[in-house]
Amino acid sequence: MADDSCGAPAQEATPADYDTRGQVVLAGKVTGAEGPVGGAFVRLLDGGGDFTGEVVSSADGDFRFYAAPGDWTVRALHRSGNGEASVTAQGPGVHQLAISVA
Amino acid sequence: MSREDVLVTTQWAEENLDTPGVVFIEVDEDTTAYDNGHIRGAVKFDWRKDLQDGVRRDFVDKEGFEKLLSERGISNDDRVILYGGNNNWFAAYAYWYFKLYGHEKVQLLDGGRKKWELDGRELSSEDVKREPARYQAKEQDLSIRAFRDEVVQAIGSSNFVDVRSPDEFSGKLLAPAHLPQEQSQVPGHIPGALNVPWAKVANEDGTFKTEEEIKELYSDEGLDESKSTIAYCRIGERSSIAWFALHELLGYDQVKNYDGSWTEYGSLVGVPVELGAK
Repeated sequence: MADDSCGAPAQEATPADYDTRGQVVLAGKVTGAEGPVGGAFVRLLDGGGDFTGEVVSSADGDFRFYAAPGDWTVRALHRSGNGEASVTAQGPGVHQLAISVA
Repeated sequence: MSREDVLVTTQWAEENLDTPGVVFIEVDEDTTAYDNGHIRGAVKFDWRKDLQDGVRRDFVDKEGFEKLLSERGISNDDRVILYGGNNNWFAAYAYWYFKLYGHEKVQLLDGGRKKWELDGRELSSEDVKREPARYQAKEQDLSIRAFRDEVVQAIGSSNFVDVRSPDEFSGKLLAPAHLPQEQSQVPGHIPGALNVPWAKVANEDGTFKTEEEIKELYSDEGLDESKSTIAYCRIGERSSIAWFALHELLGYDQVKNYDGSWTEYGSLVGVPVELGAK
């Protein structure tokens, strides 16, 4: 990732053994009634509910954020509906979230 | 200036796709979204390839801007409607850029590509070809652009609006949370800066909040309306959203965007840096 970039990169799946290089990674999938939902706007909100970042889910519904220890909510917006899930990240590693939209 | 002068709604856009003299431009850093589907008739601008100088750390110069717009078939009297992904970050940056080079009729699509998609409106993958035009840009309007020396001089006298996330502001993170945290410059913020993340001026669907809500937000955060204001972020595009809100929507006249932003400031030797939350 070039350091003069600021847009969200294309998203991909995050395996459980993904090398986080010591970072807190929040990752997961957006699903709907008929399976994975690509093209959803996935928003990371901090413990106070404030917006922190946003990515667009991949064709397979995948998303990934690099965060810090703490409480996080991930909220997905899609023309078919919205949904959200929360997680408490104690420390580095992959923290999985599943979000269904309808 | 009113909201209608600087923003158009997705509904208006859909009704004006074929209006003569109206040109839609999609501006993105990653243009694969455009290639897969865009607003019908919209011209593609690649933020990195088209708007940044290929060698120096700066934008394209006046001649480069003229060449770009001429090639893409955009005339001085066209009404340009800008939109893009990433909550219009790069589109807002391009808006500021069009203003910098003196384009008169330019507006942002409120909510950008996100709102268009959430509305379930149609996207087209047809190639867009326009006849070349002859575009003439003006000299840069430096009343809306801040440079580093001026930024350092203004500490203690101007408002600084740091639009990065609270964790970037405090120094906990070096980049937005959707990016790996690999940076070399020091973390922190310009002393005395207010931390008003760009997203606070926007609704969840990417549209701007009302002028009243935005005015109240900045006032609550401690912005002194009697002083000039410099907005910055990491590379100057999220802060274009704040510049747009303050200068275009609220009509404050002394507002500059510092496009060097934290990547420049946080790498300068000898300048003051503050750490920690507000």
